[in-house]
Amino acid sequence: MNWKKSFIPLINPLSKDNPVIVQILGICSALAVTAKMEPAVVMAISVTAVLAFANVIISLIRKTIPTSIRIIVQLLVVAALVVIVDQVLKAYTYDVSKALSVFIGLIITNCIIMGRLEAFALNNTPWASFLDGVGNGLGYGIILVIVSFFRELLGSGTLFGCQIFPQAWYEAGYMNNGLMILPPMALIVVGCIIWVHRSINKDLQE
Amino acid sequence: MNRQSNTYTLIYSIILVAVVGVALSVIYQALRPKQVENINNDTRKQILAAALITPREGQDIAQLYNEHIESAFLVDKDGNKISGEPKIDGLQAQVQKGEFPVFECKTDKGLKYILPVYGAGLWGPIWGYIAFDANGDTIYGAYFAHQGETPGLGAEIEKNEFRDQFEGKNIFTADGTFQSVQVVKRGQEPKDGSAYVHAISGGTITSQGVQKMLYTSLEPYTAFLTGLKNAEK
Repeated sequence: MNWKKSFIPLINPLSKDNPVIVQILGICSALAVTAKMEPAVVMAISVTAVLAFANVIISLIRKTIPTSIRIIVQLLVVAALVVIVDQVLKAYTYDVSKALSVFIGLIITNCIIMGRLEAFALNNTPWASFLDGVGNGLGYGIILVIVSFFRELLGSGTLFGCQIFPQAWYEAGYMNNGLMILPPMALIVVGCIIWVHRSINKDLQE
Repeated sequence: MNRQSNTYTLIYSIILVAVVGVALSVIYQALRPKQVENINNDTRKQILAAALITPREGQDIAQLYNEHIESAFLVDKDGNKISGEPKIDGLQAQVQKGEFPVFECKTDKGLKYILPVYGAGLWGPIWGYIAFDANGDTIYGAYFAHQGETPGLGAEIEKNEFRDQFEGKNIFTADGTFQSVQVVKRGQEPKDGSAYVHAISGGTITSQGVQKMLYTSLEPYTAFLTGLKNAEK
């Protein structure tokens, strides 16, 4: 196996096989946590960590798992990892964990995770599975960051909580777009990203 | 070994659950002290929020709390100070035991008294902290929080639009009877001049929960607050 080929699981999910805009997985959390950039970044890191480790663990024990309880074993591993992430966030970034509240617990139900475990980790080596996990996590993270960038900038006039637009603009009559904060705008922003992405990658068009 | 046999499956699942269980409990124990500290600081932040003090980004909450809260003590139903001090991680338990915490807070607008309130919303517990002026009657600021009220409806009680309404309300009538603050629908304002704020439309049960919480939680403080009121005169 040559060097370039072994990194396909890492590179592909970033664009051509992106979990959010091509596979259309994990949309729910992409709507929920993208009103501000900070929770979006934390969510992206959390999902990447959970996905990478779950992929590795499942791949390591893939030859021992009884087929009949395959899904239960996957759920158990993912649930355990999510609890660990939740506990770590509570201990070190309490405010962020409060902002993300139930969405950390809901990483368990993020379709990307179960999807990658079933489709990839069960049939591949730990190293390839790790790369696949990181790749898909980052692919998910890129979309979250792009969406939250637009939503926070236009909706609150800030980025990572720092004021971007000068006060003079507001005095001149500029107003933050409150609609950007609401979940529907996340869908529309995701839609726009898909539009741009498909017009660049013509082979993805149906 | 037959991986599909019932025995294998059973033993496999038992071992897996045991391993995961041990790992999780070890992590929980290791991170617990840090989490408790975070929760306590969050409570301190909420108490200060009632007195309209918001920490700057990255400011040390414990330090800010110590700067502002000059003293904290417990009173009983008759308004007398009793021994002991408020436990920041067990305020509600103290209230249930009949020991009512009072926080004396120094602000640029003078001394304020902050009292905790506890109640029930639609889906779960709601709570808050109410800051009173030194006359023990006028509300200086209010903070409300909830565990899981409906976003956009009941959850609006934590927003400033709702909280700001409480500023300047008197919880005693002119002749000194305890009346609390009513939370009423628009158009159903009480005509007799008693204190009210507007409820959240669509969040009726939560709004009623706030009204009930204020009445039942502030009522035991009547003697204490009346004492403050008389001292002021």
